[in-house]
Amino acid sequence: MENITANKVLDTSGLNCPLPVLKTKKALEDMQSGEILEVIATDPGSKADIPAFCQRTGNELVKMVEEGDRILFYIKKK
Amino acid sequence: MSKERLAIIASKGTLDMAYPPLIIGSTAASLGVDTAIFFTFYGLNIVHKEKMHNLKLAPLGNPAMPMSFPPSVEKSFPPVKIIESIFPGPPQIMGIIPGMTDFMTSMMKKTMKEKGVASIPELIELCKEAGVKLIPCQMTMEVFGYKYEDLIDGLEPPGGAATLIDYVTQAEKPMMLFI
Repeated sequence: MENITANKVLDTSGLNCPLPVLKTKKALEDMQSGEILEVIATDPGSKADIPAFCQRTGNELVKMVEEGDRILFYIKKK
Repeated sequence: MSKERLAIIASKGTLDMAYPPLIIGSTAASLGVDTAIFFTFYGLNIVHKEKMHNLKLAPLGNPAMPMSFPPSVEKSFPPVKIIESIFPGPPQIMGIIPGMTDFMTSMMKKTMKEKGVASIPELIELCKEAGVKLIPCQMTMEVFGYKYEDLIDGLEPPGGAATLIDYVTQAEKPMMLFI
């Protein structure tokens, strides 16, 4: 569980609402079911928005970690 | 039959009011909601080829506007922080100074950019990519004298109120938002 290997990394550092969600959606489109997308965000709003996006679209939010100013999300594609 | 449809009415043409319909629209579409934005009255300027780049923000008559400068200006010219702490917002009388609206607009655009918020043309592109239907209001086009070619590419054919109501009520869960 601790060591999740991401198939793809999306860095949205410095971007604000709604870009992290829109870019996450786009990044997932090119991936295969079951693959893991790592999203790096600095927008504090993404702490609520990315889980809401996952909940709504059925993609699984495997893990969310806060690392200083950065928030890391690990999303498993549906 | 679609499960959920969201129709957003964008009726304002100032820079600040151009953001909410585009942000909510692009996000709703990304979350799987069928979405349309209906551009009516001044909101039509948001999809006008030239005017979309020149949307402005007026300090006059806007008491909610804060007195704030972009982070880069605060850093390079710290005295602006004193101005920010004295005035809760730009004094209304400043609104009559020629060029004030342009100045406020450029400060807001700069702040948005530095805070990582997409610009209006960028948000329009994101809406298109997310599959949002962008419908210009036929009646407003007549009133303002805008031709279909004056508007940006990728729009739906011009429509009226009935077009919008029909679009949204075809879903099990219709949602409408007036901005």
